Amino acid sequence: MALTQSSKTQRNRLVLAFVIFAMLAVVPAVLPLFRTTLIARFMCYAVVALGLDMIWGYTGIMSLGHGVYFGLGAYCMAMYLKLAAAGGGIPDFMQWSGFDALPAWWTPFANPAFAFAMVVLVPVVVSVAVGLLTFLHNIKGVYFSILSQALALIMSVLLVGSQQYTGGSNGLTDFDTILGAPLASSATKVALYYVTLAVLVAVFALCFFLVNRRIGKIFMAIRDSENRVRFTGYNTAVFKVFVYALSAAVAGIAGALYVSQVGIITPADVGVAPSIEMIVWVAIGGRGTLVGAVIGALLTSGVETVASETFPDLWNYLLGLVCIVVVLFLPGGLMDLPRVPARVRAWLNRSHTGGAGSLALAASCPADVAAVNVDPAFDGAPAMQPAPSPAFSDDSSDERDPASSGAHAPTAGQTSSDSASASRKEA
Amino acid sequence: MVETLVMQAFNGISLSSILFLAAIGLAVTFSLMHVINMAHGEFIMVGAYTAYVVQGAFSGFGDAFGLYVPVAIVMSFVVAAALGAVVEKLIVSRLYGRVADSLLVTWGLSLVLQQLARNLFGSANVGVEVPSYLAGSFEIGGIALPYTRIWILVIALACLLGVYLFMFRTRFGRTVRAVMQNRPMAAALGVNTRRVDAITFALGSGLAGLAGCTLTWIGLVGSGLGQNYITQAFMTVVVGGAGSVFGSVFGAGFIGIGQSIFEFLTDASLGQALIFLAVILLLQFRPKGIFAVSSRSLEDE
Repeated sequence: MALTQSSKTQRNRLVLAFVIFAMLAVVPAVLPLFRTTLIARFMCYAVVALGLDMIWGYTGIMSLGHGVYFGLGAYCMAMYLKLAAAGGGIPDFMQWSGFDALPAWWTPFANPAFAFAMVVLVPVVVSVAVGLLTFLHNIKGVYFSILSQALALIMSVLLVGSQQYTGGSNGLTDFDTILGAPLASSATKVALYYVTLAVLVAVFALCFFLVNRRIGKIFMAIRDSENRVRFTGYNTAVFKVFVYALSAAVAGIAGALYVSQVGIITPADVGVAPSIEMIVWVAIGGRGTLVGAVIGALLTSGVETVASETFPDLWNYLLGLVCIVVVLFLPGGLMDLPRVPARVRAWLNRSHTGGAGSLALAASCPADVAAVNVDPAFDGAPAMQPAPSPAFSDDSSDERDPASSGAHAPTAGQTSSDSASASRKEA
Repeated sequence: MVETLVMQAFNGISLSSILFLAAIGLAVTFSLMHVINMAHGEFIMVGAYTAYVVQGAFSGFGDAFGLYVPVAIVMSFVVAAALGAVVEKLIVSRLYGRVADSLLVTWGLSLVLQQLARNLFGSANVGVEVPSYLAGSFEIGGIALPYTRIWILVIALACLLGVYLFMFRTRFGRTVRAVMQNRPMAAALGVNTRRVDAITFALGSGLAGLAGCTLTWIGLVGSGLGQNYITQAFMTVVVGGAGSVFGSVFGAGFIGIGQSIFEFLTDASLGQALIFLAVILLLQFRPKGIFAVSSRSLEDE
C-alpha cells in the first residue's frame, strides 16, 4: 500500500515539475528582458538546489559549503569570459596588479571547450578529494557539515587573498562576449535563458531517474541508517562520494550559467552565508522531493528580490523567521503544506479524546521523549519506542530514527513515508 | 630573532585564548544537547553590544569610567545568558535530536538578531573606549605585549577554571556530565534533563556574551562580529572533540597557534587554508576529535 502511495506522490511531483517548467518556458515571451534574466538567475539557484537535495534530502549529508562548487564553476567560466573580453591581451585587473603576461594556468581558459570542461571537472575533482578525505574516514554528520562550512570560508578567504589572480573581493566582471555572441544583446540573453532551463530540466530528469532507481533507494537507506547499509555489504563511502561529486558538478554548471547571465562573480557569492542559504532553499521547499528544491529556490530568491527592492531591512527578518517557522513546524517544507489540514485535524481529535493524557505527557517532557526516540542505543528496540506524540512531533524523528518514523508512516512527513516504502521494497 | 619568536608565540596564544572564549560556550551546548547553534556568534555580538552600552552609560562618570569593565563583563554574561534562556525555551527545546534542523533554525535566528542589531545600533561599526589601565602594553626586552591581550588570556583562563569547577566540583555539574554521557539513563535515574538543558544552554550563551565583551577591546563592534568567529569556533569544537571541555582548550591551541605559525610562514589567507588542511588531516585519525569521549555505541552522534 505504501508503495502505491509513494509512486502516486512521485507522479504528482512529476506533474508539478512539468507545470513549473512549462511556466518557465513561456517567461521570455511574457515578461520584459530584465525580469527574464532575473528568473534565469533563480533557475541557476534551482539547479544547485537539486544537487543539494540529492546529497541532503536523499542521502542525509548536509553540506554547508556548496558555494565552493558553485564558485569553482563560476570562476572557471568567468576566466574564459574575461579572456574573451580581453581579446588576446591580459585582463584589466591583472594590469592593475602589474602583470605583463598571463599566468600560465590562466592561458588554457581562453579556449571555450577547455573552460566548459573545467566548469564540471574542477568541482568534481575537488569534491572527490574532499569526499574521500572525509567519508572514507567516517567523518560524518555534523562534523562533515562544519568542515564543509570551513571549506566555504577558506574558499572566499583564498579568493580575496589572491587578488592578482582572482580579482580579489571585486571578483571577475566586465565581460563582453560568449562564443562570439555579445552578452548584452537580447537574443543572447534569451538563448542563455533557454540553455539554463534545458539544464534545469535535464538535471531534474537525471536526479528523478536516479532516486527512483536502486541507487536512489541506497541513498535513502544511507540517510536513514548508514550502519545498516554498511552491514548489508555496501561500501557507503563510495555512494556518498559519488552523490557528493554529482551535486558538485551540478553546482559548477549552475555557477557557470549564473556568471554568464549575471555578469559578475565575487567571493561574497560563494562564501559561508550564500552556502547556507542554498541549504535553506531546499529546507523551505521540502527536502527529499526534488521538485520542492526547485520551488524553494525559485520562490525564496523571487521573494528576496521583491522584498529587497521594496523593504531592504525586512528581508533578513522575513527569511530568518520563515526559516525558523518552516523548520520547526513544517519540517517537510512547502511540499508538506497539503498535509497540514489533516495533521491539524488529527491533533485536534487527539486533544479532544483519550489522547489528551499522552499529549500532556509529551508536552511536559518533549526533550526526554525525543531523546529516547532518537538515542542510537535503543535503535531497533521497539519496546522502547514512546507512545505516538502529538502531530508535529511525529516528524521530529524522521531525520534520525527510521524505525519509529516508519511506524507512523501514514501520518508522518513525506521523507519518512519515502523511507518506509524504500525499506519495504528492499525487504 | 628571539623577539620575533616570542612575539609569534604570544600572538598564537592570544588567538588561542580568543578562540577558546568563543568556542567554550559552543562546546558545552553542543556536547550536551547535540544542537548546532549557528546563532552562537550572535550571542557573542549581543555581549559585545552590551559592553558598548555599559561603556556608554559610564562615559559621564569621569574618573570612575574605568570601573565599567567589571560591570560590562558581568552584564554581557547576564544579558547573553538571559537571551539564551529565552531562545532555549522558545526554539531550541523543540529541536533536540534534530541536529540538521537545529542548525537551520538557529541560522534563521542569527539573521534576525543581526538585522535587529543593525536597526538598533545602526549598520556602522562602533568602537568601545578602552580604559586607561587596559591601554598600552607590557614591555619586556624590546617586546610589547598589549595589556588587552594579556587580560583576554587571563579571562580565558578564569573561564576555563570556572567551567572546570562548575562541571567537576558541583552537584549540578555532575548531573550535566551524566546527561552528556547517557541522556536516557540519567533521565531514568531522576535527573530533570529539561532543566539541565535549559540552564546549560543559558550558561553557554553567557560565556559567548563574555567572549563578546572581551572582543570589544581588540576590535570594532558590528552586527557581523559573531560571523567572524563562528566558523573557527566550530572548528575548535570539532578538533577538540565534543563532550570534552579540555578538548576545546586543545582545539583552540591547535588552531590558534597553528594559524599564527602558518600565517607567519606564508600569508594571512594561505595560513587559514593551511590550518584547515591540517584540521582535515588530523580528523583522518580521530574523526570525532582528539578528546572525543570513547563510546561503544555504534551510532554515536
